[in-house]
Parts: sequence; C-alpha cells; structure tokens
Amino acid sequence: MMVKVIVTNIDGTEQTVEGKGGTSLMETLRSNNIPGIIAECGGSMSCATCHVIVGDNGLTSAGEISEMEDDMLDCTATEREPGSRLSCQIELSDELDGMKVSIPDNQF
Amino acid sequence: MRQFVSGETASALCLRTRYAILACARYEETKEVFSDNERFVSSRGVGLVDFKHAKPWRPASIILEVDPPEHTRVRRIMAKTLSPKVMRDQAELFQSVADQMVSEVVEMGQIEAVADLAERYPTTVFPRILGMKTSDGRTLLDYGEMVFDAVGPDNDIRRTSLAKGERVVPWIMDQCKRDNLTDDGLGAGIYDYADKGDISEHEASLLVRSLLSAGVDTTVTGIGSLLFCLAENPEQFEILKQKPELARQTFEEVLRYTSPVHSFCRTAGVDTEVSGVSIKESTKLLCMLGAANRDEQQWADADKFDISRGSQGHLGMGTGIHGCVGQNLARAEVGAVLTALLAQVDKIEFAGKAEWRPGNSIRALANLPIKFTKKGSA
Repeated sequence: MMVKVIVTNIDGTEQTVEGKGGTSLMETLRSNNIPGIIAECGGSMSCATCHVIVGDNGLTSAGEISEMEDDMLDCTATEREPGSRLSCQIELSDELDGMKVSIPDNQF
Repeated sequence: MRQFVSGETASALCLRTRYAILACARYEETKEVFSDNERFVSSRGVGLVDFKHAKPWRPASIILEVDPPEHTRVRRIMAKTLSPKVMRDQAELFQSVADQMVSEVVEMGQIEAVADLAERYPTTVFPRILGMKTSDGRTLLDYGEMVFDAVGPDNDIRRTSLAKGERVVPWIMDQCKRDNLTDDGLGAGIYDYADKGDISEHEASLLVRSLLSAGVDTTVTGIGSLLFCLAENPEQFEILKQKPELARQTFEEVLRYTSPVHSFCRTAGVDTEVSGVSIKESTKLLCMLGAANRDEQQWADADKFDISRGSQGHLGMGTGIHGCVGQNLARAEVGAVLTALLAQVDKIEFAGKAEWRPGNSIRALANLPIKFTKKGSA
C-alpha cells in the first residue's frame, strides 16, 4: 500500500511523494531527497532535525505525540508550531493518504 | 569482521561458539535488533555478561542498562540535558576553544593528534560544560576506557582497563556529587530534576556518572577518526574545502566509516527470530555496528570514505531508544573542531604511521602523527 504525501518545500514549491505504509514519514521524505530533512539521529528522537509541520488534514491521523517527542519539539531550530512533529515518529498509513506537510527553514 | 559481511552464502547471523552468543554484522539485522527494545533488551547488560546471572562490574547504568518504562523517565531528562538547543546555546564556547586550540596545533605544524588535539579538546570543553569544579583529563579518559572495555570479553584488554579502577572510580564517583559541580553546568541541571522530585539524588549522581562515562572517550575517538579520515583521503578534504556546507555530513561519514563504538550486545528477552534464524530467550546478540556500517548491501562502495554520500541511517550512534543520547554534544564538539580546521588549515597529512588501539567496544587511535599546512602559507 502506497501513501501519498504532499510536501511544501523550503522554497515554497509543492511536490507529491509516495511512501510505503508502515514506514516512517522521515524515511519517505529522505528517500525522496526532500531538502531540509536531515534526520541525523536516524529516528532516536535525539536530534530534532527531521522536524516537519503537518497540515490540518493529517494532524489527528498522525497519531499522538509522546512525551519524549514533545520534549524534542521544544528544541527545534525553527520555532515550534501547532502542527510541528518529528517526521520519524509518524508512521504512514491509509488514513494519512494525501496528508500535507511543510518543511521548516532550519533544522539546526 | 569482513568474513561475515562479504560472501554470498554468509548467513544473516552467525554463531560465535567461543562465547556462546549470536553475532550480527549485516546492516538490516543489526538495525532490527537495535531498534526493537521489546524483543532485545538492554537491562541484561550491553556486554557479554548477562546481568540476570552475574553481577555487573559496577552498579548498572540507569539509562543504558535498563528497559522502558524506567528507561523512558530517565532518558527524557538526559535528552533535555543534552538537547540540540542546549548545544546551540553553547556553540560560542565550543567554537572559541576549538579556534584557539586548532591555531596552536597549526603553529606547531606537526603534532601527535591524539594527545595534542583529539584528547585535549574534549577534556577541556566537556568539564566546563558539565560544570566540574576540578577536572583531570587523564582520569576521565581512563574511566571511559574502563566503561567501554568492561563490556567484555574478560580478556587482557578488559583486565588491564579494570585494573585502573582503584585509582579512577573513587575520583569519578566523587566528581558526580552535587557539591563538586558548579551551579551553572549540565551537572547542576540534572540535580535540578532531583530537586523537583523527578529522580532521586542518587539517580542524579548516576546520570552525571553516565555523562562522565560516555562523554569523553567517544568524542576523543570522533575527533581522532575525523583527522584520520581527512589525512587518509586528501581528495575528500579538497572537496570539503570547496563545499564547506558538507561539514556536518562529513562527520556522519566519519561515523559510518570508522564506527567509534564498534559493537554492543543485546539480550533476547523472548524466543524470537531474525531473518529466519531462531533465537532462544536469554541469547546474547553481539551487534557489530562497525561491520553493519560497511555492509555492501546497504552502502555502495562501503569501504570508500565519501563525504558526498548520504550517510544518514548509519549505526555509528546506535539507533532506537538507546541511540546515543549525547549525539548532539558530539556533533557540536567535532563540528567546532572541523570548522576551525577548515578556517585555518590547507592540508592535513600523515606524519608517520597511525596506530589503532584495540578495545572491547571502542575503536580508537592510539597514535596519530599529523602534519598541518597552514592556510595561506603555501
């Protein structure tokens, strides 16, 4: 099952990428070479460099924010917004098909 | 290590009969084991000794050698203590010390890079950030060596390192006390959590001990290995000079290529299987991060140091809930040194034979004679 994600890049352009259900949004963005997704720690919730801002249409389906992720979101290089998430913590699923995410200006 | 990685027929996991453990050296399996803390626990030790059956050499770490939910409570505190934001706030200190120290070694021209830079830099900035009232670089280095060699096996390396304990351990434990920390460092910040009741006073001292355990030897190795890679691959340093925006990525490739922590164990908490190999509960699995980071199935031209490749996803900092909690500190320190080198150095060359020192879990340089050519002097 492939899940479509609509990405607003740092430069404002929009593109659609696809990722396999069950994989993380971070992995999908990275394998599509989306600029600005660094993900230095590889998904350990340690670096906050895979920060994305999830659009309203995906916010509920993207799942709960754990305490650990919440702490890290307070440390992002681009100020946290209501839709801020670590993309490594979002698992792609059917429900997220068509979700919108935008990439913040800075990751460190 | 190579024999498990190369060869079409090599099994995903192999039996190391001498120690009655399984070992995984492929990227996929190593990542799977490291990522799944439910099946593969850390509370039974990340070395060869199973804490269920034998007493660890020191009171177990409350962050490394523990599973959720206890782990989560403590990990949160350490993650906040070592967060990217904390490191951004300290960036100026990291950079000014790096600039100064690099300018000194560049003036010297030829240095013994392990002692003169790789050890000197972390043992200078780390105690300051932590807020140690008194510091002794040698003892910090010796303690790090003990911790990382203690994971076993019980060989000469381990025995030689642990023999330093009588001198080193009491000093270290003393430095972990609240009274021996300034009130503005990371150490004091950990004690603040004790004041708030999130952890006990004793737990706070053990977390400071974790910082002292894992915060020095690792960054020393990172800086030494960085210099080694740049001297070994001068064409890569040329690329970096042209594209300084690759600096951060360069360190990731150093981590992939050299794997400062070459291996750690997990213990199967249940009967399970990985890639079709059945694993009995209680089995120790040696996860060979160094081999996984050179797995040709994962990395094209794995044995080539290439700063332009995407090295993210490497296991140099581990992965999963026990992924290195100090990785932002490591990147800040090594990044500052690399920035200083790029500003001041035109060429980095070997000035003699680099020697690696064997370690039970860390792969570090023993000696690294380096010659610097100062920028603008050619």
